Amino acid sequence: MRDAATRFVERTTGALQGASEGAGRSGDDEAGVVSKQVVQLDRVIIRFAGDSGDGMQLTGDRFTSSTAAFGNDLSTLPDFPAEIRAPAGTLPGVSAFQLHFADHDIMTPGDAPNVLVAMNPAALKANLKDLPRGADLIVNTDEFTKRNMSKVGYETSPLEDGSLESYAVHPIPLTSLTVEALKEFDLGKKEAERAKNMFALGLLSWLYHRPTESTVEFLKSKFAKKPEILAANLAAFEAGWAFGETTEDFSVQYEVKPATMTAGTYRNITGNLALSYGLVAAGRQTGLPVFLGSYPITPASDILHELSKHKKFGVTTFQAEDEIAGVGAALGAAYGGALGVTTTSGPGIALKSETIGLAVALELPLLVIDVQRGGPSTGLPTKTEQADLLQAMFGRNGEAPIPIVAPSSPADCFHAAIEAARIATVYRTPVMLLSDGYLANGAEPWRIPDVDALPDLTVRYTTEPNHELPDGSKDFWPYLRDPKTLARPWAVPGTPGLEHRIGGIEKADGTGAISYDPANHDKMVRLRQAKVDGIEVPDLEVDDPSGEARVLVLGWGSTYGPIGAGCRRVRREGLTVAQAHLRHLNPFPANLEAVLRRYDKVLIPEMNLGQLALLIRGRFLVDAVGYNQVRGLPFKAEELAGVIKDVITSV
Amino acid sequence: MSETVDLGMPEALSQVPRTEVKQSAKDFKTDQEVRWCPGCGDYAILAGVQSFLPELGLARENIVFISGIGCSSRFPYYMNTYGVHSIHGRAPAIATGLAVSRPDLSVWVITGDGDSLSIGGNHLIHALRRNVNLKILLFNNRIYGLTKGQYSPTSEVGKITKSTPLGSIDNPFNPISLALGAEATFVARTIDSDRKHLVDTLRQAAHHEGTALVEIYQNCNIFNDGAFDPLKDANTRDDELIRLVHGEPIRFGSDGGRGVVRAADGTLEVVDVAAVGADALLVHDATAEDPSVAFALSRLSDPVTLDDTPIGVFRNVARPSYDQQVRAQLDTAAKDGPGDLAALIAGSDTWQVA
Repeated sequence: MRDAATRFVERTTGALQGASEGAGRSGDDEAGVVSKQVVQLDRVIIRFAGDSGDGMQLTGDRFTSSTAAFGNDLSTLPDFPAEIRAPAGTLPGVSAFQLHFADHDIMTPGDAPNVLVAMNPAALKANLKDLPRGADLIVNTDEFTKRNMSKVGYETSPLEDGSLESYAVHPIPLTSLTVEALKEFDLGKKEAERAKNMFALGLLSWLYHRPTESTVEFLKSKFAKKPEILAANLAAFEAGWAFGETTEDFSVQYEVKPATMTAGTYRNITGNLALSYGLVAAGRQTGLPVFLGSYPITPASDILHELSKHKKFGVTTFQAEDEIAGVGAALGAAYGGALGVTTTSGPGIALKSETIGLAVALELPLLVIDVQRGGPSTGLPTKTEQADLLQAMFGRNGEAPIPIVAPSSPADCFHAAIEAARIATVYRTPVMLLSDGYLANGAEPWRIPDVDALPDLTVRYTTEPNHELPDGSKDFWPYLRDPKTLARPWAVPGTPGLEHRIGGIEKADGTGAISYDPANHDKMVRLRQAKVDGIEVPDLEVDDPSGEARVLVLGWGSTYGPIGAGCRRVRREGLTVAQAHLRHLNPFPANLEAVLRRYDKVLIPEMNLGQLALLIRGRFLVDAVGYNQVRGLPFKAEELAGVIKDVITSV
Repeated sequence: MSETVDLGMPEALSQVPRTEVKQSAKDFKTDQEVRWCPGCGDYAILAGVQSFLPELGLARENIVFISGIGCSSRFPYYMNTYGVHSIHGRAPAIATGLAVSRPDLSVWVITGDGDSLSIGGNHLIHALRRNVNLKILLFNNRIYGLTKGQYSPTSEVGKITKSTPLGSIDNPFNPISLALGAEATFVARTIDSDRKHLVDTLRQAAHHEGTALVEIYQNCNIFNDGAFDPLKDANTRDDELIRLVHGEPIRFGSDGGRGVVRAADGTLEVVDVAAVGADALLVHDATAEDPSVAFALSRLSDPVTLDDTPIGVFRNVARPSYDQQVRAQLDTAAKDGPGDLAALIAGSDTWQVA
């Protein structure tokens, strides 16, 4: 069996090389293989859609992995329901995975798919509206039973009533072909049917010339202890590939050449994984043990899962009884000298607000990770949104400013975590990191950084008294600030001579003793604000290739890719536009105002109703215009290109 | 009375550095003016803690007091150790993060009946079930003091307060029963005015590996004055108080004439010793693995009259602490040397671009 799999990998690899070398010919001479024409494409968007139980996320994930291995640039968008298993065959139960890959660098998971794989009528119905005319549509005909079609309101079969005639439909009985391919295995019908996603993956892998090795290796490792299931999945995968080779339904095979990318070692990475690694790296760079206090919540739980695996790095994970305890424990650990971290989504931030306020008052380092999702309340747990910006800015009682950092892509989550740790430890403050569902679950190739080149963030606790009493003896004042950063000393328990008490009650400037003095409170409020305002952050960079743009598109967080892609489209049409993207939302980069004033018009696309725009208008009196969508999905490049053009023509 | 039970367990303070310098209560006092109302029971508890800590011989800088919100929670400001006066109800959560990451600290939580049983009830029961190395001192005055006199979750039914002019109608918590229900490994009750008993209870709690809950009956002389008078009045206390001593028959009363026996239905009941004979009395076993007898003891007292109120250590059993186990997992993971970050972030599926 192992030999068969290896032979398959070799054979398919040979086929790839042959196809790349000889135009229009498969490099394999095996009998029964139909010679297919190979068409070169510069980019392709594929969407796999099926029932929640059909394994579409796994299929997409595997296709992504082999695409990354092949060297294409790529971007992914998983889109799945909040329910673990919604009723089978229904519209709410549809789970989809979109992948955009190209021979050049790309910035988004793509707007409209070139190929839709619909595993059942519900998947077809839910996704057909996004499919442009002429696109390929691969349909699993086995699932188009009367009962399944009526579940989603098809009175007649769309495969027969002519409603799909403007698409290139490939009706394939995926389920029965899979069962047929596995008949020699000792499997029940249900078990055999479950491998149909691997059949589909094999077919698509053939169609787009994907290397097979990584999927074979993946299956071997996943089913190492279930040889029968492994053999069946491999057989289904191979059968899908062979079906592509032999069927006359596909007359062409496509090829997308590897992208030209900066030299280096690459891997594919999702935002949540990059963020987890960033936190481990932040521990190493600061020299502090990482302590994560967290409560499971979509879409942030994967960070808890990931970090719980890395005890070897001195990372402690604490699954708390609730969101409040998660941040409380992280703050307690920070008081003890750890790099305290809490991870959550918007509803969790609401619960943690009071403790974050305490961290503001205690002036201790703390990382608060908000993987944003659709709100308010439970909202759309598995969908993306950027509507927690104002909650991050202002969502606490009293004047409680905290720095905010927002990564711009899945891989950028790694560096954003390190940057958040820098600010937290240098300035002794809680820092909010705003990721979102799109970054968390989306993936892209990542040029793996040299860990020795990461910034040195070594933290030194305070170990000596910092104040002299009139009698010449030494004393420790917990709120005596560093004149440059305004940070207070971080003296951890166990340090002799520096015993002190801190708390949520207002403290006297310097001594930290309880103080209800009006002037002192006014001073402390302003000091805490000045500390955050004075945080050094890099200047905002502007991308304006022509140098003549009159319109600036300003974004933050996960909209970086779609805005960039939109700007490129506009520029290809001969128009000029500048793009700038904020990674620091509080404080803003020092040059932001100057940048804003350079342009006649500032456009701010956001997946909320204008939260950054409100801050920009309020702060700088700049008449920025917003473009706002809250559909639980990232912007499409084409949609943004249209909006940008409209603004350009209006100035 | 001051028995120490050898549980064959790692001692809670074994990793906390000691001092060679002889300490006194004065060493634990701060320059902050104590701002409780004159006559408040909190003063007695503060003095008791300050007088007791020197005998532990711990380095002062390795002791931390963490509190929530309420009158009692001002306590850390008056202790010359490290301390955090945090937010309402959350002290056990904050202290958990500290205790788990710092085995070299002796971590104490100061809380009240509102702080720990209302707004912070969830954190309390989860700290107890996890068995984190925390010593929780629950000052129970059966009233909200800092917010000026509303009924609390331990106030007796019918309590007339500012927020319950017709009498409170919700059933109170019995903190001991609650802690035992959460399977706490150390549960005790003492009284602010009985310094000897207070200190003896604190001593046992301090050495207990895991979470120790000590309920301290504390008089609020402003909003609930005399709440525990039946247990304090020299004329009544011997007849009302049941002093639990591990390994001793449970016997009380001014002439030792009353005691506790197991009733026919399995519950406990208070009887005249003369009627049943001394041999029939229940012998208190704080180390019993099964908490049901301890729970039954916690149900003896009358929540309104305080008749037959046991004090002392109800339960003291050995179970590995949460923080000890967390560190054991970390140590095991790190036994082959520290992690390799470069290898971690590269993963197993990479490709080269030349």
